[in-house]
Amino acid sequence: MDSILNRLRYSFEETGRVAAFAGRFFSEAFRRPFEWRELFRQCYLIGYQSLFLVAATGFIMGLVLTLQLRPTMIEFGAVANMPNMVSISFIREIGPMVTVLICAGKIGSGIGAELGSMRVTEQIDAMEVSGTNPFHFLVVTRIWACILMLPFLVIAADTVGLMGSFLVESTKGSVSMILYFDKAFSALSIGDVVPATIKSFFFGLVIGVVGCYKGYNSEKGTAGVGKAANTAVVLASLLLFLVDLLAVLIADIYYTI
Amino acid sequence: MKNSETIKSGLQPLIEIKGVKKKFGENEVLKGFDLQLFPKENVVILGKSGSGKTVLIKCLVGLVEPDEGAVHVLGQSIPDLNQHELDKIRKEVGFLFQGSALYDSMTLRENLQFPLRRHPERIKGENEEQAIRQILQSVGLEHAINLMPAELSGGMKRRAALARTLILRPQIILYDEPTTGLDPITANEIIGLMLKVQEQYDTASLIITHDMDFARVISNRIVILQDGINYTEGTYLELSKSQDPKVKAFFKDVQSRNQYG
Ligand SMILES: Nc1ncnc2c1ncn2[C@@H]1O[C@H](COP(=O)(O)OP(=O)(O)O)[C@@H](O)[C@H]1O
Ligand SMILES: [Mg+2]
Repeated sequence: MDSILNRLRYSFEETGRVAAFAGRFFSEAFRRPFEWRELFRQCYLIGYQSLFLVAATGFIMGLVLTLQLRPTMIEFGAVANMPNMVSISFIREIGPMVTVLICAGKIGSGIGAELGSMRVTEQIDAMEVSGTNPFHFLVVTRIWACILMLPFLVIAADTVGLMGSFLVESTKGSVSMILYFDKAFSALSIGDVVPATIKSFFFGLVIGVVGCYKGYNSEKGTAGVGKAANTAVVLASLLLFLVDLLAVLIADIYYTI
Repeated sequence: MKNSETIKSGLQPLIEIKGVKKKFGENEVLKGFDLQLFPKENVVILGKSGSGKTVLIKCLVGLVEPDEGAVHVLGQSIPDLNQHELDKIRKEVGFLFQGSALYDSMTLRENLQFPLRRHPERIKGENEEQAIRQILQSVGLEHAINLMPAELSGGMKRRAALARTLILRPQIILYDEPTTGLDPITANEIIGLMLKVQEQYDTASLIITHDMDFARVISNRIVILQDGINYTEGTYLELSKSQDPKVKAFFKDVQSRNQYG
């Protein structure tokens, strides 16, 4: 009982500290001199590291989703609407979620481990004494890079996912590529695309903030680095689902109006 | 070897630490530590591992904030400075970190460029590339300028870190265990470089080490950090004659070597 209360208290305190860390990011996010070079380097690394994984997972999700839905859709005589169905579910939810979970694992743990080892080996202290604000140089650039790159990765997952779905439809059924994508895109409205994109920016924010927070405040010793990477993934995944829930609730209000 | 008293007389200290206390949670690390460092002086700090030596020198550059006590560097009270004033002092105080702390993701050249980004005036009139090459030459690493830290040996890393510390031409250098983890020959190379730097740039240094031979060669004065305070201080000769068991413990290695080997 006591330990549950303690853990609950720790979770609240930790949430507060992450929020404070995010607050510091916002207060320094636009401060000059901006570290453009480091930002571009991080964007490249983040995009490049995850693109293949995100695309592969998206493709498989597209295949699987279509294969699974097919018998039911045939039963209801609605298989012609498969492209509409797949594109809406991909754009609204599956694409973002696949991307985000892969990125929490890949990017979140990568940033956590990198900053953690920089903390432990005193590289962050070394930056500080040489006149560069390490929060500005390391943390602000990484969080910005996550915010900027996540929507691109989501778009990649969506696109490749639709291709996976088309592959199934064109072999099992006999739909042409033009017809499939025409139907898929015409099913989408602004109300599907905009919330999903906004949501992706926030997902990027969460992954960046949590990875940086865990790494930047890593405990001493090599064990601290592993712990930073690991807890970054766990906490980021949890927060991402919460953000998703929140986003869906808000979007739902928007749809009903 | 210069006598410590003649150095002290009539000079303003570069560093003055008075009654510094620091604790982390329940762990009281420093319990009222005092120390002065005078121009051109080399002071060695001895202490068991975990006794707070690193914490102490981090207080001098504002990386650790003391709970109590006064820390003055070049006449300025470090805990009271704003960021801008602190950066001004920091370029006068070089810090050689224990594990070298080279930036993993940057080449040796970029590592040396990094401090110059904010303080380009420190090499006024010189071409940046030339300044970097010159400093690398003086530590014997000119050939490694495009290598990543992971490609350097332990000794090369330490020399590279020394070059990065020296590039801003500091007046004071803080060395955190500069020879720990190196083989004796490489350690001697580093010591040789430190002595050369001292002569060339007239720097004063605080040196943390466990190596008594090194302490004998380089120190004007030795300070023993024990139980969180400046337990005792004096020249190598003075301390080596001490009858205090806590002081003798540090000289035990040397004595046994002299006796048996
Ligand atoms: N940032 C920190 N948070 C908590 N404890 C710390 C921190 N830095 C140092 N300590 C503790 O202070 C003590 C002294 O550390 P340190 O100065 O690194 O010792 P050393 O004399 O070996 O350099 C150790 O017990 C260490 O665990
Ligand atoms: Mg230490």
